[in-house]
Amino acid sequence: MSNYISTDSDWTFELLEEYDREIARVAAIYKLDTYPNQIEVISAEQMMDAYSSVGMPIGYNHWSYGKQFLSTQKSYKRGQMGLAYEIVINSNPCIAYLMEENTLPMQALVIAHACYGHNSFFKNNYLFRTWTDAGSIIDYLVFAKNYVRKCEERHGQEEVERVLDACHALQNYGVDRYRRPSPISAAEERVRQQEREEIRQQQLNDLWRTIPLKKKDDAPRKRRQYPSEPQENLLYFLEKNAPLLDPWQRELIRIVRKVSQYFYPQRQTQVMNEGWATFWHYTILNHLYDEGKVNEGFMMEFLTSHTNVVFQPGFDSPYFNGINPYVLGFNMFCDIKRICENPTDEDREWFPDIAGKDWLETVHFAMKNFKDESFIQQFLSPHLMREFHLFSIYDDDEAPTYKVGAIHNENGYRKLRETLARQYDLSMREPNIQIVSVDIEGDRSMTLRHTRQNSTPLSGDTYEVLKHLHSLWGFDIHLESWENDKKISRMSCPSITLDDL
Amino acid sequence: MSYVIDRRLNGKNKSTVNRQRFLKRYQQHIKEAVSDAVNRRSITDMERGEEISIPTRNTHEPVISHGKGGKQHRVYPGNKQFGTGDELEKPKQGGGSAGSGNASDSGEGEEDFTFFITKEEFLNYLFDDLALPNMVKKTLAKTKEFKTRRAGFVSEGTPNNLSVVRSMRNAHARRIGMGSGKRRKLKELQQLLLDTEAQSPADEVMLNSLKEQIADVERRLKLIPFIDDIDLRYRNKVKVPTPSSKAVMFCIMDVSGSMTQDVKDIAKRFYILLYLFLQKTYEHIEIVFIRHHTSAKEVTEEEFFYSRETGGTIVSSALNLMNQIIEDRFNSEEWNIYAAQASDGDNWDDDSPVCSRILAEKLLPAVQYFAYIEITPNQHQALWTAYQNLSRAFANQFALAQIRGPEDIFPVFRELFAKDRVKEAI
Repeated sequence: MSNYISTDSDWTFELLEEYDREIARVAAIYKLDTYPNQIEVISAEQMMDAYSSVGMPIGYNHWSYGKQFLSTQKSYKRGQMGLAYEIVINSNPCIAYLMEENTLPMQALVIAHACYGHNSFFKNNYLFRTWTDAGSIIDYLVFAKNYVRKCEERHGQEEVERVLDACHALQNYGVDRYRRPSPISAAEERVRQQEREEIRQQQLNDLWRTIPLKKKDDAPRKRRQYPSEPQENLLYFLEKNAPLLDPWQRELIRIVRKVSQYFYPQRQTQVMNEGWATFWHYTILNHLYDEGKVNEGFMMEFLTSHTNVVFQPGFDSPYFNGINPYVLGFNMFCDIKRICENPTDEDREWFPDIAGKDWLETVHFAMKNFKDESFIQQFLSPHLMREFHLFSIYDDDEAPTYKVGAIHNENGYRKLRETLARQYDLSMREPNIQIVSVDIEGDRSMTLRHTRQNSTPLSGDTYEVLKHLHSLWGFDIHLESWENDKKISRMSCPSITLDDL
Repeated sequence: MSYVIDRRLNGKNKSTVNRQRFLKRYQQHIKEAVSDAVNRRSITDMERGEEISIPTRNTHEPVISHGKGGKQHRVYPGNKQFGTGDELEKPKQGGGSAGSGNASDSGEGEEDFTFFITKEEFLNYLFDDLALPNMVKKTLAKTKEFKTRRAGFVSEGTPNNLSVVRSMRNAHARRIGMGSGKRRKLKELQQLLLDTEAQSPADEVMLNSLKEQIADVERRLKLIPFIDDIDLRYRNKVKVPTPSSKAVMFCIMDVSGSMTQDVKDIAKRFYILLYLFLQKTYEHIEIVFIRHHTSAKEVTEEEFFYSRETGGTIVSSALNLMNQIIEDRFNSEEWNIYAAQASDGDNWDDDSPVCSRILAEKLLPAVQYFAYIEITPNQHQALWTAYQNLSRAFANQFALAQIRGPEDIFPVFRELFAKDRVKEAI
């Protein structure tokens, strides 16, 4: 009698549960520590809905999500794109969506990938542990949705939209990079929001204005620098300091900021997260096959999907669209396993710490303590660079030609690895912009400093974003670009001011 | 621990609100696209959804990001022949395959953001801001149709309208109200009786008197009628005038030799727009096709648009026929009458004053709206002048416009039915 869990490719709920049980059993063997799973079977239309809310199971209403939905719907109906097999949400319990169209082997793949791969990553990676609170995110999103709706009722949809548009334009600058936010539940959040609002109302005491000011010394006072230190969290600064905003507007800024903060780790761990999940669906399903739980037909279908996912076209291929994070991540985790199990002399020289060690412990260690940038810097092996035929290109916009920098040879490995790692450094991918001063005694204008790297200018969108910033701040905005302590350019919103002339 | 949940039964239209918000935000663009589509589409094909394109720069959500340029190292896979220090020609304008994939802000190769709207949405955008002139006036003032509607309960009526539940409820309330004092009295007396009986030498006189009193109260309680005339309630029905939902649309067209197929096509599109528009407002629409050269005739749609005739033109023949048909079949108190006349402007010279007299005296008092479109790129002739005087005198019911080519159809239609115009008219 065969041991197979199933031989058919149609799924039923019983079979899904059966597979989930088996996969959970195997995952436990490999010490995958996960949140409880909530596996939800949905239709293609629902998948499109899930797509357009950028991975939030509940989102406040905004036209941009409608735009997202329309474009997804269009490309799906025209057959230009397939929908993802799954969407998984960093919450506790961890919610994973399965499409009903998937065949049984696909569902098993998705369960292994999302419910055990991504899930364990969410639970254990240091960035997620530090920056997100999986237990309260759903509650918070419900709070946000209701709050936005209430604001729309009270202040009108257009007013709310105006603030949200502005916040969305700045949402990548609404993240605390260094200070860890304390986890907070939605109920607490609601109470605190009310308190914040009340305190602001109470503190507005007109009497203070009537108190006579102390005579100042005649000596010209030193201009106070404000803020005392440059601020990189623009939305936070606006929420706390913008002079003209109403309490509810500040709260909206806060909501966008919190959501942005929630996604911050995901933006920094794409390679690792996808690589980890891919590595585990591959390992777990192969384990099931070795145990005789699934048959060859199942494996064939699974491997077809798997190889489609881990396909990396070369730079000159028409399909080339950057380095595929699934491929890079998957291969790196496989490579770590290889280095642990069968190290070559080269590996021993490059990775003395892990060569020959227990592979399971090592991959867990890597998953827990790194983000994309440091992960690549730490674990990308010469072996893999050769396999990918990596090379670097130096692109100087003033030179007539591209120059080939490091390639996959003895001289190039370190350079190549460093360059690739920097490509995943969020602070390199996004322009560095900080609030350096606010003229609180003068025209209240805000000055931002863009610290330019590698003479890369800002994109053409920048002025539009400044307009949004101006609408929140309420007074003039200046943006200066600096490189090597030299001011390169200056941009002002709403218009040119005297300083510019 | 895992749970598998079937969510397929949950609604699939979670994004509807957001989609509506998007459509609302880009209303202006969608309207433009819809107007374009109307003129582009074939005439039989007005009732379907439409693909809308909006330039991406309008729907773009700006974020701060790195622009092009600068000095950068980038890593690519798939090296086949390069060695360190090799120099590669930069591809000519337009960015090579090796570009970082950032959207260009130069406008080059910018794609439109396209999406579909449904047929209903299409028609809504098409007729947005348009209104049927004089609809309110006519339908409310002259209506002769009534519909009975419930209007609560009254105390008088016919037995077939008796509301049993209401009546019984009233009766119950009345019985409680009328009996409460007596019942209280009864209780007191009974209690007193018990007390008296309990005394060891019972006071016979007192007992008898109490018993008599109790019997009396009980008798009186029984006299309260179970149901009384004043309890009865009848369902009330009132007649409310209903706006007439019937409309008739007269299509009048000159089919003399000077009218080419192109001109007829333009006229047809105009009629179709009018038909769709009326359909949005009225449940039931009849269409009467009248074509004319020197004499007029009521014809079928097929004949109207495609058969050819030659000869001179006498417009008044068609107007007389229309008047005849209205008198015969479409009582103007019951029907909302709309008419659209299309012509290339030719008319028998002496006929134009006759036309304007027929319109002024007979037709315009009867119709809701009469639109005249002249499809010609040329100078106006006598008919136009005559009609122009009319339009001043009957600004409410009469309008005229000129269509030079297919691209004018929708703008002229909008002009004729613009809400502002209607407001002025009312």
